[in-house]
Amino acid sequence: MRAVDGPILKSSHLLGAEALSIGEITGLLDLGEAYVDLNRSGQKKHSLLKGRTLINLFFEASTRTQSSFELAGKRLGADVLNMSVKTSSVSKGETLLDTAATLNAMQPDILVVRHQDSGAAELLSRKLDCCVVNAGDGAHEHPTQALLDALTIRRRRGNLEGLIVTICGDILHSRVARSNIVMLSKLGARVRLAAPRTLLPADAARLGVEIYTDIYDALNGADIIMMLRLQLERMAGAFVPSTREYFRFWGLDREKLSYAKPGALVMHPGPMNRGVEIDSAVADDIEVSVIQEQVEMGVAIRMAVLDALARGLAAGGRNAP
Amino acid sequence: MSRLAFLNARLADPASKLDVPGALLVENGRVADFGARLFNDGGPSGAEIVDCKGRVLAPGLIDMRVFTGEPGSEHRETLQSASIAAAAGGVTTIVVMPNTDPVIDEPSLVDFIKRRAAATACVRVLPMAALTRQLGGEVMTEIGLLMEAGAVAFTDGDRTIANARVMRRSLAYASTFGALVVGHAEDPELSMGTAMNECEFATRLGIPAAPAEAEAIIVERDIRLLEMTGARYHFGQISTRASLEAIMAAKARGLPITCAVSAHHLTLNELDVGSYLTFRKVKPPLRSEADRNAMVEGVAAGAIDAIVSSHDPQAADTKRQTFAHAAFGAVGLETLLPAALMLHHNGGASLLHVLAAMTAAPARILGLDSGRLVKGAAADLVLFDPDEPFAVDASALRSRARNTPFEGRTFEGRIHRTYLEGECVFERSISQ
Repeated sequence: MRAVDGPILKSSHLLGAEALSIGEITGLLDLGEAYVDLNRSGQKKHSLLKGRTLINLFFEASTRTQSSFELAGKRLGADVLNMSVKTSSVSKGETLLDTAATLNAMQPDILVVRHQDSGAAELLSRKLDCCVVNAGDGAHEHPTQALLDALTIRRRRGNLEGLIVTICGDILHSRVARSNIVMLSKLGARVRLAAPRTLLPADAARLGVEIYTDIYDALNGADIIMMLRLQLERMAGAFVPSTREYFRFWGLDREKLSYAKPGALVMHPGPMNRGVEIDSAVADDIEVSVIQEQVEMGVAIRMAVLDALARGLAAGGRNAP
Repeated sequence: MSRLAFLNARLADPASKLDVPGALLVENGRVADFGARLFNDGGPSGAEIVDCKGRVLAPGLIDMRVFTGEPGSEHRETLQSASIAAAAGGVTTIVVMPNTDPVIDEPSLVDFIKRRAAATACVRVLPMAALTRQLGGEVMTEIGLLMEAGAVAFTDGDRTIANARVMRRSLAYASTFGALVVGHAEDPELSMGTAMNECEFATRLGIPAAPAEAEAIIVERDIRLLEMTGARYHFGQISTRASLEAIMAAKARGLPITCAVSAHHLTLNELDVGSYLTFRKVKPPLRSEADRNAMVEGVAAGAIDAIVSSHDPQAADTKRQTFAHAAFGAVGLETLLPAALMLHHNGGASLLHVLAAMTAAPARILGLDSGRLVKGAAADLVLFDPDEPFAVDASALRSRARNTPFEGRTFEGRIHRTYLEGECVFERSISQ
């Protein structure tokens, strides 16, 4: 049934793109590809994770990522438990370790965690006996997003080698940007960042990318355009003065898109702010926008990740790395 | 074709270091030709002749720091009255501050200033826009859209942005657009509630005073923030030696930084507050004689780029108060050139050098084509006698407010005519 056999991941966790080798990334993409085909063929239900427990632990609300992991787990036959934790702003560290102890007692096999603080997934991976998947930690990493983006691009273009990928928007606060910079670069893409200086992190140029503050220059000749979501609380004057100014200078509309390579693909991790970082005319244009496709790839790649991690689990029992 | 010929002039162009006797021809509002040999072979035919009688003909002045009361306080000054005062002072371009009511922090308000100026003003009016909304020091303005609307720079005028995080982000955001940020250096807490420079004289007068360090602290902070962000930065006016030394060091490190000094900080010191003279209550306050000398030397050495009027018209009722309660500010458009020329007359700097600080230098900082004599450029010109003495008479000022700090003072340097695009916008009558 499975198109790709054998171990893929060396680690028993998926914490970030940074730790993945090119071979591991390619393995996951190949496996993801296989799940896309299976999902499309109607063979959606499998028993690979039968008897396994998957806990979705979300400290931050996320409809898209959480349901994607839930669906991926259920299609592979796991028992899926969703936990949404509303944290108070104080003593988060203590709460997280308390939560880890509680979870350990429940004996899950795989924990998927989303947390507002960078490093949260890694902290849990050190305290828990199960596999940990980082579903987004602060402004650090969101590896499954980068994997699904890479899969989307690879299916459309065959290969990422030499492609110019322009990531535009709130780079400073974006884990999606960080994971994509690392992963797409490893796969041979040339990554450009475009943002006002207030939304570019310090020493961004040392990440091996090209930095632009003028989106027209950044889009010139781009094969892939990845727009990032601008969080509402960052629009009101602290980082950019207004949504109308942001849209005027960095929002992707047809005019700006015309600077990119003909046939360039437009991506967005969602949810979109229409009229802020992207114009509806572009977002809804099926000729250029692959935003819906990204959601489909999301389920497939998360199935691949769960599959790959399950291969490291001892047969029939708990994880024993 | 309208032709205007200036004969028997002393042509002075700081940008090209030209200072020669000669003539200049204006055709249709543009400089058609000029030089020492022009009209040597006979005068121009069909041209209106201006006999300059050996006076200096120079590019019209550019004043980078002018406060008006329009919109919101038209009883103090309108764009029109400010422009008339400017013309009388040989100033053909005024850069107006956003400190009005409402504050110029919206593209539509920049547009308002431009349209009002086009309809009423007799000199060029370039608006600066606020760097933070409502000059509140917290929320940055739409620098990109404001630039498109025509804002030439971004400033909170005579207010310092107290919050270093806001200042850092504002500089970073401005650098995205290559925008010019104009800062004011007065630590708000150190200067809160004060009315003059901290010194023995302030102690004797019993006036609450701010230390000169209040300026250098902000200058040094902003230089460090600038080093992190890389914006183009101009200190709207400085007044102390410590500030100047910090700026000189920053310039030596290659930072894109410039600064200006007001004419009154070049010519007056803290003792001129005298017997509680509220017309000499200005922001920043008049400093020590050592600091004033540092300013004069700074201009002479080229370390201070520009001289500004810091024209700040105040109504009589806000100046007829006790010193502590009187408003800050002094008018200066009409005395800018004569006051600045003191540097020349005292032997500190050449005429061209002093003029450069009010022509070529502000043009360079603001990225303007004007401020120099060049064929084909708009004929914005000032004709003045650098040596003619006169006493300042507040009642003869054209500004709507008369709060000059120089009442009764004798200067050398009289403006006789001012031209904007070849049109005479000021002519001194014989009785004046």
